[in-house]
Amino acid sequence: MALPLAFFAVFFAYPVASIVSRGLKDGGQWRFGRIGEVITDPHIGHVLWFTTWQAAASTALTLACGLPGAYVFARFDFPGKRLLRAVVTVPFVLPTVVAGSAFLALLGHGGLLDELWGVRLDTTVWAILLAHVFFNYAVVVRTVGGLWAQLDPRQEEAARVLGAGRLAAWWRVTLPALGPAVAAAGLMVFLFTFTSFGVVQILGGPRYATLEVEIYQQTAQLLDLPTAAVLTLVQFAAVGVLLAVHARTVRRREATLRLVDAARTARRPQGAGQWALLASVLVFITLLILLPLAVLVLRSFDGPDGYGLAFYRALASAGDNGGTFVVAPLETIGNSLAYGLAATAIAVVVGGLAAAALTRREGRLVRGFDALLMLPLGTSAVTVGFGFLIALDEPPLDLRTSWILVPLAQALVGVPFVVRTMLPVLRAVDARLREAAAVLGASPLRAWREVDLPLVGRALGVAAGFAFAVSLGEFGATVFIARPDSPTLPVAVARLLGRPGELNYGQAMALSTILMLVCAAALLVLERVRTDRTGEF
Amino acid sequence: MNTNLRRAVVAAAVAALGLPALAACGGSGDKGSAGAGGGKTVTLVSHDSFLVSDSVLKEFTKQTGYTVKVVKGGDAGQAVNQAILSKSHPQGDVFFGVDNTLLSRAFDNDLFTPYEAKGLDRVPKDVQADAARHRVTPVDSGDICVNYDRAYFADHKLAPPQSFDDLIKPEYKNLLVTENSATSSPGLAFQLATIAKYGEDNWQDYWKKLKANDVEVVNGWEQAYNERFSGSAGGKKAKGDKPLVVSYASSPPAEVVGVNPLPKESPTGVATGTCFRQIEFAGLLKGAKNTEGGKALIDFMLGKAFQEDMPLQMYVNPVNEDAKLPEVFTKYGAKIADSQTLAPEKIAKNRDQWVKAWSSIVLK
Amino acid sequence: MLRLDGVTVGFGGRAALDAVDLDVAEHEIVCVLGPSGSGKSTLLRVVAGLQRADAGQVYLAGKDQSGVPVHRRGVGLMFQDHQLFPQRDVGGNVAFGLRMRGVARAEAERKVAGLLDLVGLPGAQRRAVAALSGGEQQRVALARALAPEPRLLMLDEPLGQLDRTLRERLVVELRGLFGRLGTTVLAVTHDQGEAFALADRVVVMRDGRIAQAGSPLEVWQRPASEFVARFLGFDNVVEAKVRGERAETVWGGIPVPTGTPEGACRVLVRPAGVRFASEGLPCVVSGRTFRGDHVALTLRPEAGPELEAAAALQTAPGVGERMRVAFDAAEVVVLP
Repeated sequence: MALPLAFFAVFFAYPVASIVSRGLKDGGQWRFGRIGEVITDPHIGHVLWFTTWQAAASTALTLACGLPGAYVFARFDFPGKRLLRAVVTVPFVLPTVVAGSAFLALLGHGGLLDELWGVRLDTTVWAILLAHVFFNYAVVVRTVGGLWAQLDPRQEEAARVLGAGRLAAWWRVTLPALGPAVAAAGLMVFLFTFTSFGVVQILGGPRYATLEVEIYQQTAQLLDLPTAAVLTLVQFAAVGVLLAVHARTVRRREATLRLVDAARTARRPQGAGQWALLASVLVFITLLILLPLAVLVLRSFDGPDGYGLAFYRALASAGDNGGTFVVAPLETIGNSLAYGLAATAIAVVVGGLAAAALTRREGRLVRGFDALLMLPLGTSAVTVGFGFLIALDEPPLDLRTSWILVPLAQALVGVPFVVRTMLPVLRAVDARLREAAAVLGASPLRAWREVDLPLVGRALGVAAGFAFAVSLGEFGATVFIARPDSPTLPVAVARLLGRPGELNYGQAMALSTILMLVCAAALLVLERVRTDRTGEF
Repeated sequence: MNTNLRRAVVAAAVAALGLPALAACGGSGDKGSAGAGGGKTVTLVSHDSFLVSDSVLKEFTKQTGYTVKVVKGGDAGQAVNQAILSKSHPQGDVFFGVDNTLLSRAFDNDLFTPYEAKGLDRVPKDVQADAARHRVTPVDSGDICVNYDRAYFADHKLAPPQSFDDLIKPEYKNLLVTENSATSSPGLAFQLATIAKYGEDNWQDYWKKLKANDVEVVNGWEQAYNERFSGSAGGKKAKGDKPLVVSYASSPPAEVVGVNPLPKESPTGVATGTCFRQIEFAGLLKGAKNTEGGKALIDFMLGKAFQEDMPLQMYVNPVNEDAKLPEVFTKYGAKIADSQTLAPEKIAKNRDQWVKAWSSIVLK
Repeated sequence: MLRLDGVTVGFGGRAALDAVDLDVAEHEIVCVLGPSGSGKSTLLRVVAGLQRADAGQVYLAGKDQSGVPVHRRGVGLMFQDHQLFPQRDVGGNVAFGLRMRGVARAEAERKVAGLLDLVGLPGAQRRAVAALSGGEQQRVALARALAPEPRLLMLDEPLGQLDRTLRERLVVELRGLFGRLGTTVLAVTHDQGEAFALADRVVVMRDGRIAQAGSPLEVWQRPASEFVARFLGFDNVVEAKVRGERAETVWGGIPVPTGTPEGACRVLVRPAGVRFASEGLPCVVSGRTFRGDHVALTLRPEAGPELEAAAALQTAPGVGERMRVAFDAAEVVVLP
């Protein structure tokens, strides 16, 4: 408990408190009057309302689209399943500026919908909602699917034999058992969409603003720290309410689940209904996820002389062509992977310890800590980035120009994933197994390592995968933290897109394609490692 | 928190985390860290668009013995704000990238130590915004102008617009895409240009007419230029639907960089009567550890080697009159004679209120 | 009540059920007996509709069930490991099937209370299932399966996980209960004692096929094959050549019933049919197991496989003693 607590205190609470107090203090005096002014501003009220309802709608839509996907991935065996599971996670790591552009190929002017039915959804709320589904689909599929695959299918069969229809059995038996995972996924998606920035900016257009966009403008553009501080507090309050509600619902539902080996529960679909379900999920994934990704890949090959490798050659020959040299692509891939691995390691250690502590202890304080760990997801990247800047500026903590700052910031976002993914599974582990280990002479830590860890290896894999994906795609904190120049892939892509000219645009697409491949490859490796582990018992 | 208490808290936390090891290896990751107390390293703090050839930096090291370390953080506005927030413990010695729309904020926060750079005599007076006190040194200039898609106007047998007044004419209805002043720096510059042109009393009327002429607004330059503008490489692939876009005067030459063989003219052109002049400055940060190195770097940035490297790296114009523009710039770029400008103090004073007024006209 | 007609299920080229025909009459208790992997669980799953048959039909009350979904079949299934819903309490588990049928709340509560009384857990409605002992879980699972009054109740290893005394008591209780309620039951088990105690009729399965079906007595007395015999625990099986009323074996001559066809076959001698005699096959006692009311002996003859014999407590010889045995025609079964 000490390590996660200290991590959280130094790298989140302290920087954020620093920047907020800088905003609310004037000449050494607290100025709380500012709070009232900002909160009563009708514009802010409107922003808060929009932020909340779009997040709620996005979450509902993502769950509705993602649950069938989670089912298909958990219960069916089909060729290419592992690859597909890696691919649907790719949007999650793509910089919004790239993915947003690809998404426009679906919804925007001259997009698929426009060509087929003359419908344009860009600059509408629908674009925002659908893009949120696109980005967060994997959260539901992986978080819920991971647990689903381990639920004993005979539970549902027992309900069926007792007279429950397919849907009723799912609704009354499987869904409650999945409850913690669904709630965790829903919470993540809500927090991500509540603090949505790029999607709203790019696809929603200037008419839509979330609290996050507002905080960003006040901090990064206008340097109006008092207003930003109040908005940050408002966002905290909103996230706090949400976390409290979440904690209540989850606590009521948690129960010891019967978990079985995931490899045993999946089989080939049987009957027309199951094939139809599989087909419709695949069609959905193709349209909403693969198509935009394919557009990116296509554009990366669409060079000045027709389709070819011109942009990839340009990436490879960076340096000997003065004007086009922005970054050395190999170096950025290396940077991304190194940052990602460091962040994953930090997130898994900190999050794993936190989850273990939360499983073993009870009480209000512990639950409060559980909620606290989620706060980084509900905090603007610019707040954290600027907080780092003013808080971690003195020895022994002058980390501002150290590379470690980037993985630390990325791990802040990764830790909640690790905790949320591991907690339901850890709690579901039969306490008697731990007792058996204790009787055989294992210390609590040892018991955790020997009993829980092997049992939750799969969940740990899912968690690590997410932490890694998050850090690969992390853009906000990486950009807001001033650091010696070692750009990650998303940062390099954003830089290329910020420059005019065909070669830059093409290289941005090529580099995005490489980012996708790196991500998909990394996730594939992870999936493989994960199954090997679970095969051991 | 007072400093002692703060130290105590931090020290306790560090002890708990065993972070010294981490911090130590973090520092050693970069050659010659800033913590080493200056010495032979000079640290340049800038924004994400900053770019310079390695060979030019090597040249600087050869001349002065200093190695340059570059620290980047966010876009121009974020970088300035970060410099202001970390004023008590600056991240480096020289800051580059504060432009005339942000200059007053930097001055108000007393960010820079005055230094009169060598070579200023070769820089035109009109870009020397702080000629009396030399807190900042102009390094480059650029123009934000409306770009047009040559093919579109040729196909439609229509003359491209040349001035602000042209843009509100009915023949250019529904053709222009610009950026949100609140979120994009070219967007803001374009608005400032109209304020400079029509005056504080009349610019709003102009925008009402522009709005009536169906101007489209997006949040960022990337979306405007790469997605909606039909003339750019990205826009062609994304089936952009607007032949007019607010971008840079250097965008047309940038469109042909790397194209082989070079075309006769750039696919895009510049409406020369719609420009706003942006000047980027460098300054010596207060509290710099390596003041001498910083001064040398600022001098170097005004020198020919750096000035001639800039255009193809950052798509900006040199301010040193001796620096020669690369051929793509002279051949494919436009000469902007009468760019609009506004005094930095005036921008700083009215910026908020102007952006709010603009939003309520255009975005509602 | 239930009729299976040529039901076949394959798993990856291996037949779990191979053209199985089976009839279960109303109010009958049928036990399917077989080793693990013999396809007996698959049989239940096909009847329940949880597993599609690749060929053949399942009829319930004369109606073909192909295309009828699980929840409309009106059958009950008690799972091997109970599959109680961990997130519901005992009452919630038992009431589940009633709620699925839209039974009114008051009515359901009354019924749940009655069933819990019946299975010997009165007033356990609010208890958490995780806190129940194995036997109690068993009873709750039974109450849950009985609650919707299924026309056919299927039990998968109903008593598998319980200790011996509890199991023996429960078998008697269950048989009494099913008799009183008139429930039609199809159970599967690998325990012959359980099957014989519970069933009106026993079906022995092997590799997806029915090896033998009949009343417990018939099966016990006349195992239809060496497999059935051995599965029932009879290991005194030997190659034989029948000539007249005698079969020639390595153990010497064994009397067989009149009318046994001449030629090669196998012969089973039940342990009770191995008698100590002054004349006969010489053996050494190599093992001796106390079985409560008798002693089971393992005998090593001069030639051929070991023999099992049963002896009364007082007269049982000790290990290492030599003796001669003869065979009792009444306890000899000729196997095909």
